[in-house]
Amino acid sequence: MTHTLKRKANQIRKDIMKMIYRAKTGHTGSDLSCADILVTLYYHVLKIDPQNPDDPERDRYVQSKGHAAEVLWAVLADKGFFEKEELLTFSQYQSRLIGHPNNQVPGVEMNTGSLGHGLAVSTGMALAAKMDKKPYKVYTLMGDGELAEGSVWEGAMAAAHYQLDNLTAIIDRNGLQITGKSEDVMGIDPLADKWRSFGWQVLEVDGNDVDQLISAFGFPNEVGRPKMIIAHTVKGKGVSLAENTPEWHHYVPSEEEYTAALNDLDNFMGGTSHDK
Amino acid sequence: MTNKNTIPNRQAMCNTLIETATRDENIVVLTSDSRGSASLKAYAEALPEQMVEVGIAEQNIVGIAAGLAHSGKRPFAVSPACFLSMRSIEQVKVDVAYSNMNVKLVGISGGVSYGALGMSHHSLQDFAVTRAIPNLQVLVPADRFETMAMFRELVKSSQPAYIRLGRNPVADCYEHADYGFEIGKAVRMTQGDDITLIATGETVRVALDAAELLGKQNISAEVINIHSIKPLDTNAIISSARKTGVVITVEEHSIHGGLGAAVVETLAMERDVVTKIIGFPDEELVTGTSPELFAHYGLEKNNLVKIAREMLGESYGDSEG
Repeated sequence: MTHTLKRKANQIRKDIMKMIYRAKTGHTGSDLSCADILVTLYYHVLKIDPQNPDDPERDRYVQSKGHAAEVLWAVLADKGFFEKEELLTFSQYQSRLIGHPNNQVPGVEMNTGSLGHGLAVSTGMALAAKMDKKPYKVYTLMGDGELAEGSVWEGAMAAAHYQLDNLTAIIDRNGLQITGKSEDVMGIDPLADKWRSFGWQVLEVDGNDVDQLISAFGFPNEVGRPKMIIAHTVKGKGVSLAENTPEWHHYVPSEEEYTAALNDLDNFMGGTSHDK
Repeated sequence: MTNKNTIPNRQAMCNTLIETATRDENIVVLTSDSRGSASLKAYAEALPEQMVEVGIAEQNIVGIAAGLAHSGKRPFAVSPACFLSMRSIEQVKVDVAYSNMNVKLVGISGGVSYGALGMSHHSLQDFAVTRAIPNLQVLVPADRFETMAMFRELVKSSQPAYIRLGRNPVADCYEHADYGFEIGKAVRMTQGDDITLIATGETVRVALDAAELLGKQNISAEVINIHSIKPLDTNAIISSARKTGVVITVEEHSIHGGLGAAVVETLAMERDVVTKIIGFPDEELVTGTSPELFAHYGLEKNNLVKIAREMLGESYGDSEG
């Protein structure tokens, strides 16, 4: 299972690089850091059906860090929510694959892009499930830089207040944002303590390790508590030039860099190619 | 003529919501520590399972409402207009309008309802801001009957909307709620040939009173109630303006970007129409109660009559002075 997921994440990273290189736009570093999280969610955790994307019983995923849209598009296409060829239209004139999630596209629940919105919206979804006594679960992914938005903490308070143990949030803790180190831009540590003090159950994992992610998602929610998974990741993961460099947050590689990036990804897991 | 109605529009909203939510468990009311000021205590007591309190967190009330709507609820997020239309405007734009979530945003104590509490509590920019957001209706009922009619429609509609209500009772403009209210359809309250008075919300009563005074001076005024600032009934505005050629708009809002602006945008291509916008000036207001502020800034019948006579004098070339 985990071997398959790792290969899948590698393939998604290649799709991301191709989309960004072709469109000459995209949040490269942000996509690469959370690719393993999305792959674990979409290929292991979420109860969703690409043939029935509006199933009222489905699990919901809200990507609060909307700028990492390329990874979401790549995953949704690979899952069959739309044709993979459409990825070639990313950011092109009149494409519905915008640089942020767009819920006109099957599989996208909410439009995001302005940071600090996803947790409140997910709280509303989880609250609706409780009101209707439905078993579906709600997941939302935030960036660590995003946590400077005050609205995140309004959502955090409400989710705990309403005891939403059907809600799981994940923080892509890559430690970098566009200006530099997140702790330098606006310090957020001790991060786990903050969420615990807000009434959340908190787990910390290596967010680029699918085994650890699987365990964290599978770990039962404490009754009456929303769950936070702090996923420690490497920004730009998988592309050596991009790793841990804030400049790659919103960066389009040159031809040379693009070739090097694909080369890195091709050499992943001993150079086996597992592209579809 | 003006009566002594004591039921504020927010009370009419509460009654209508109780009436409909009792039959539809998907209707949910959200408040931000605002159930008292929204007159929603009775709703909260009657339907506690269909009530969500978010505390003093206006961004959160809109985001949570959007999430509830996403999963099939029909949320009414009720919060003071000054905060709902400013503090949470980005959630309104992205989570509600852009994401197309069926949320009804109810701004209570709108305009200068809060009177002497000052500019932080006035919402005199809300029409301007909300009507510039695509996929968001902007609605303002004139009295308690129109509030009832409007909310009966709102519980059926699937469109995102911002509704502004005032705090204090307003004199009735209608005799009952069954007059055929339609979102986007203006109501011609009186017929006239000499001048068109276009109003919204609490100023509809002001316009009606002015029309009555003008009638005594043999000036026939047509009063149009724009309860839907968006979608706007442009046909009603254009046809009346073409008939009279003289238009006054009056609104409890900044003179910039509100009803008057919407009307002037509509009439921009009309060669033979003059329009005057009455509203609050682009400056910090003096201190006062809501009626004092209406009077101070000329949102009252005598001022409308004066301006009407001036405009008619100019356009007819027979000014008295």
